[in-house]
Amino acid sequence: MTDPLFEFLCRLGDNTLVLGHRVSEWCGVAPVLEEDIALANTALDLIGQTTMWLNLAGEVEGAGRDADALAFRRDVWDFRNLLLVEQPNGDFGQTMMRQFLFDAWHVLYLTELEKSSDARVAAIAEKSLKEARYHLDRASETVIGLGDGTEESNARMQAALDRLWPYVGEMFDSDAVDMDMVAKGIAPDPGTLRPGFDATVNPVLRKATLTRPESDFAHRGGRSGARHSEHLGHLLTQMQWLQRAYPDATW
Amino acid sequence: MVSDKPTTETVWGWLNQIPDPEIPVISLVDLGVIRDVHWSGDTLEVTVTPTYSGCPATRVINIDIETALRDRGIDKIRLRTRLSPAWTTDWLSETGRRNLETYGIAPPQKAGGPAHCPQCQARDVERISQFGSTPCKALWRCRTCLEPFDYFKCI
Ligand SMILES: [Zn+2]
Repeated sequence: MTDPLFEFLCRLGDNTLVLGHRVSEWCGVAPVLEEDIALANTALDLIGQTTMWLNLAGEVEGAGRDADALAFRRDVWDFRNLLLVEQPNGDFGQTMMRQFLFDAWHVLYLTELEKSSDARVAAIAEKSLKEARYHLDRASETVIGLGDGTEESNARMQAALDRLWPYVGEMFDSDAVDMDMVAKGIAPDPGTLRPGFDATVNPVLRKATLTRPESDFAHRGGRSGARHSEHLGHLLTQMQWLQRAYPDATW
Repeated sequence: MVSDKPTTETVWGWLNQIPDPEIPVISLVDLGVIRDVHWSGDTLEVTVTPTYSGCPATRVINIDIETALRDRGIDKIRLRTRLSPAWTTDWLSETGRRNLETYGIAPPQKAGGPAHCPQCQARDVERISQFGSTPCKALWRCRTCLEPFDYFKCI
């Protein structure tokens, strides 16, 4: 069995990697220049966090792989990101709704990881948390602005929420890897974060005049790697193309 | 070589002359990213903390430090990256804050927004975007002189 700490670090790094890549797809095509810049900066923060998590994962694994090797040389079934982050961008509203749901969870998780018994994990969490809070502020404001906007923007935000809500539940799943991290004091049980998540999300949805879906049905399989959606493979063909075609290329 | 190695105060002075690659009016020391300088035997160890995780300038900063020190004749250099405590705009020096303002970038404020327009000093300002031309800045506009300006985000 793989080292649970390696699995845990891949989950963190793959979340920020896949979301960072997704958000970067907006570069040059966002609705207005300011949002284009904001999205690119958000992506940059996420990729920076990825480098820290995956370098540490490689160090823990001890097989000579670094962040680049893990990002560009693994296949779909080796990825451990949440299904939420691999979902397509859709329109700008859907992208911002995905960001909001992720940020709300990310801030809570990083806040707990700051107290990790593993000093390396705690340090990366401390660094990432400042950025995640900033992302959450912006995503919340945008969700409120568009939700409580025009009839058109409200309808689009409600559609985005309805579409993405079934991917929320997976963020609070726990398995043997999580239990091992809990036992070692490295990370919290994700299930314990749900009340905090609801406390962050509900008031924003209310201000945005959006209706929280009633069903908490959840798609699963991303964080375990058992069943990714079809979208991840397509994303990887773009992201990994260069290193696959020209292994070890540098410039 | 060992007998004539410069003091750490001298080295701090040299580092204080290296401009930030993206905002050249402030030095790396003013920016607060250099956390420690000390000799470990005949190797000079410099500890650097990144501003933002993904900031492309981080790599350039390390290259600039190494180049500057080599130019002064130091050939055994070790650069260390320190993540914790995380960089904060509280570490920006007073000189740094003043130079930012003169350059047209509003320095960070605890209140979360610029105190006034760096061009005309008017207080009637509004935020255009939480992000700007580099990871450390946001975009604001003055409602008096109507000029847009950068604000150094407070983190
Ligand atoms: Zn003005």
